[in-house]
Amino acid sequence: MIRRLLRLATVVVCLIFLWQAIIWASGVPPYILPGPLAVFDAIGDKWRLLLMHGSITLFEILCGLLLGCLFGGVSALTMAYFRPARRWLLPVLVMSQSVPVFALAPLLVLWLGYGMASKIAMATLIIYFPVATTFYDGLRRTDPGWMDLARTMDASRWMALRHVRIPAALPAAASGIRVAAAVAPIGAVVGEWVGSSAGLGYLMLHANARMQIDVLFAALATLSLISITIYFSLDVALHRLTPWQPDKGVSTRPPR
Amino acid sequence: MITENNTTQNPGSSTIMRGIRLADLSLRLGSSDLITDMSETFDVGTWTCILGPSGVGKSLLLRAILGLIDPHSHSDITVSGNVYTTNGNEPLTGYVSYMAQQDLLFPWLTVRQNIELGTSLRGQQSCGADSQKTEELLKAVGLDAYADTLPDRLSGGMRQRAALARTLKENTPIVIMDEPFSAVDAITRLRLQDMASEFLTGRTVIMVTHDPLEALRLGHNVRVLRGRPAAFEPAIAPPACPPRSVESPDILEMQGRLLTSLQGSGI
Repeated sequence: MIRRLLRLATVVVCLIFLWQAIIWASGVPPYILPGPLAVFDAIGDKWRLLLMHGSITLFEILCGLLLGCLFGGVSALTMAYFRPARRWLLPVLVMSQSVPVFALAPLLVLWLGYGMASKIAMATLIIYFPVATTFYDGLRRTDPGWMDLARTMDASRWMALRHVRIPAALPAAASGIRVAAAVAPIGAVVGEWVGSSAGLGYLMLHANARMQIDVLFAALATLSLISITIYFSLDVALHRLTPWQPDKGVSTRPPR
Repeated sequence: MITENNTTQNPGSSTIMRGIRLADLSLRLGSSDLITDMSETFDVGTWTCILGPSGVGKSLLLRAILGLIDPHSHSDITVSGNVYTTNGNEPLTGYVSYMAQQDLLFPWLTVRQNIELGTSLRGQQSCGADSQKTEELLKAVGLDAYADTLPDRLSGGMRQRAALARTLKENTPIVIMDEPFSAVDAITRLRLQDMASEFLTGRTVIMVTHDPLEALRLGHNVRVLRGRPAAFEPAIAPPACPPRSVESPDILEMQGRLLTSLQGSGI
């Protein structure tokens, strides 16, 4: 753990030096590319602002994750349990992916307003698909031997779903949730770009327009901090939830 | 047959032993008849081992007996005829338990929870006598020290022992086994055979195997299934009580003859 953190810190320090080196070598003016020190200064000056907008974006991402996982899970279970639902819902699910979610952003803002609702909806839409499809795939691919065993043990359909198919599908669902965690911030930020009065996406546009590139970079750093924290805490939680699942390099965690 | 069956507490656990009767059982795979109008009785308390060339339909016969061939599924297997218990002419549901070649342990359940799987799949609570039975079985198969570990920590032989305990926990009068010991090494296989033979005394067992020696050690009857449509050849009844010694000259001689006969033919 400490070694991993050390490695991470080394990489970050090297990248920051590379960044500074590019500035020294090319002599770009700070309104195009500010140096790391300027960005640190901006973070120090504007930390209240960053905290305020960051917490709004974080809230949108978390709500989106929660709702997306909820709807995705429920859809997958419905499709796995009811045959008619599978016939009707699956084409809709696939078709919904032919519309780029980003193209929907202006519509969502029009319908749900400039507040958080449209951003949460955006994040939910982005998260829904990977969770629903991976979980459904997992539910469909239960080892037939396990199902045979459950049938000879006189299990009802519901009990077989609860005790066999759902736990067997959890590792698949977990990798869907990992993908979702990685894309969730995109949904929220794109929503904020299209129209909002708060959030890191709004702050970035605002700073960009005023040539406050150092603030833009500070917002970017805050966003990636949020994304990384969400991803890794979910990753740890999902590993706890499926302890029987060996690490297969789905996530970026090194084998223990 | 998946049915809601919460009221009957695992009917098979009643003390009445039962055999199996096949009445005009036919199995078709696509357009070829695997088994036509098979009528057989497997007597109460006998252990029958089924041998036969691969592809003859042994496993499919077991699936038909277990009621696992779903008439509504889209597979091209059709089954007709009936499978009854010998006393009472009832369907086998609830009187039969199943042990497969793969241990089919659930990786997310501990060994103890795996053994109690039937109880939780029927939506029952594991009560005092029930969990005591689990502890006895854990001891009997030598896994009491591993009761709370997940199966991926166990060796192949231990996993199959856990699967055996899970089968025994069902406590049914009929046990169907499909090559249960073929995935373990020779020594472990002998131990598992002794264990199974001891614990399943008095029950009606049908076991498919590829190993003539295993069949001759364990079976009261050894039946060879051959032909298309497949039919049983006359039963071979090895002398003495199972589990028989692998050193017995009679058994070894019979093994030789069985091997020659199985080698000699295709399906």
